[in-house]
Amino acid sequence: MRLSRPGVAVVGAGMTRFGAFPGLATRDLFVEAYRELLASVDKGFDPREIEAVYVGNFSNELLEGQGHLAPLLTDWIGLTPRPATRVEDACASGSAALRQGILAIASGLYDIVLVGGVEKMTDLPTARVTDTLATAADWTYEVSAGFTFPGLYAALATAYMHAYGATPDVFLQVGIKNHNNGALNPKAQFGQRISDIMEARKAAALKKGKPAPTWSTEWDFLTDERANPMIAWPLRLYDCSPISDGAAVLLLVREDLASRFTDQPIAIIGSGQASDVATHDRPTLTSLPAARRAAELAYAMAGVKPADIQLAEVHDCFTIAEIIASEDLGFFAPGEGWRAAQEGRTARTGDRPINTSGGLKSKGHPVGATGIGQVIEIWKQLRGEAGERQLPGDLRLGLTHNVGGTGQTCIVHIFERR
Amino acid sequence: MNTAPFTATSFYSFLQEHKLMGTRCTHCGALYLPPRPLCPHCPEAPLEWVELSGKGEVVAFSVIAIGLTAMQEMGYSRENPYVSAMVRLVEGPIISAQLLGVEARHPETIAIGMPVHMTFVERGPQDARKTYLAFEPIAEGGA
Repeated sequence: MRLSRPGVAVVGAGMTRFGAFPGLATRDLFVEAYRELLASVDKGFDPREIEAVYVGNFSNELLEGQGHLAPLLTDWIGLTPRPATRVEDACASGSAALRQGILAIASGLYDIVLVGGVEKMTDLPTARVTDTLATAADWTYEVSAGFTFPGLYAALATAYMHAYGATPDVFLQVGIKNHNNGALNPKAQFGQRISDIMEARKAAALKKGKPAPTWSTEWDFLTDERANPMIAWPLRLYDCSPISDGAAVLLLVREDLASRFTDQPIAIIGSGQASDVATHDRPTLTSLPAARRAAELAYAMAGVKPADIQLAEVHDCFTIAEIIASEDLGFFAPGEGWRAAQEGRTARTGDRPINTSGGLKSKGHPVGATGIGQVIEIWKQLRGEAGERQLPGDLRLGLTHNVGGTGQTCIVHIFERR
Repeated sequence: MNTAPFTATSFYSFLQEHKLMGTRCTHCGALYLPPRPLCPHCPEAPLEWVELSGKGEVVAFSVIAIGLTAMQEMGYSRENPYVSAMVRLVEGPIISAQLLGVEARHPETIAIGMPVHMTFVERGPQDARKTYLAFEPIAEGGA
């Protein structure tokens, strides 16, 4: 498959902070992200030029109690009667909406499309959110075994540890790295380094007149069951992305029109998507075959190789998922991703920076918005607008990797600053 | 020949009788557990029910401390976690099920490759009990 010429470019982007926002509904979050998008278009534009809207959202009926979301959000940003469609592929819903926007422009039907994602997760108690997230797995044959969503990734982690000799402390190192990055991202839900979280907890204990915990390093903190409780062995709290609210939107245009909007468009040069069977039914438990397939398709469409990619936002819903992603995308050989993480190669200062935004772990994971949020980090980095976390050098190629469930859906996009 | 429809409802009815049933493609011989109603390789070929031995080995697992609501209602909690596993049966297919008879609070005692055999667990409210598949370790020298 190839994208038709002219291609598709991102010319505007906006997102809310990710976090817990009592009193803000999906429509409020969406409006906030849209306002930021309007301000982001360098040369300005008339929003009435937008021809269609695609919104990624996982489970708003269960989480907020509001269905039929796309026209409602489109109403709230004043764009009715344009066609508005919601797209759902679990945690990959945002990238699925992006892909629909790309396909709509590539088909020749539209020139200017708004794509976005939103999720409102913090209104429900954690147990209900856990049950809701589990619906992304096979309810009849996986969830019936007691598997939660963290539980399924934890099972992949045990298979990975067994196959390659990795240990749970390496997983936590991914979390430390992503919190270091998120601390430099004002949009991050938990934008603090883990050492800062530890010091804050100590100070809070002292203030309450309780004995101060004796942690002296991040490792003391991360291996203390009280500070970092087990969620699903071998994954602890700091291996897991949080429950979040948030919205993110992108303005897509036919690439030959992009110069009307900005002198710094970001072209989408590769788009790959694949589906897969239930977790237990796969030939491997140490890789997500659909991610490998989606990456192959995206690389082939873009005409680039894994080694050409200068930065990637990958789907670290759990720390083990980032390690597996770094292998599935071809950055490291199978079984070597954990060593690369341990050696700091995926840090901002490494040769293969991953999740400079803080990733899902630190930035937050409002499911439907996540895939769009990933693109916004690539957009900022390629345009040199990532502030304190800006990577050095001449950045031209970035990649996003967005996973639904435990890899029943995987979507990879490749972006280029021309 | 078993004429039950190739559905999850049939699969769970068989479990009620303590039978683990998969399906087999009568054309290519591929074995499916959970039972598929359609062979992806031979979509036009009929399938048939096959009973599996219920013996296998653990290929992946997790000790789940923050469980599903349905499991919390069974009495599981952070202090009393449960184990979910993926088990490769001797016939080949892998299936997900609860792993019983292991020390959930000591994950280091649970090993990938551990031989297990099937057992059954009843879950759900009193008036809507349902039988689910589970596994337990094969005792030393036994089974």
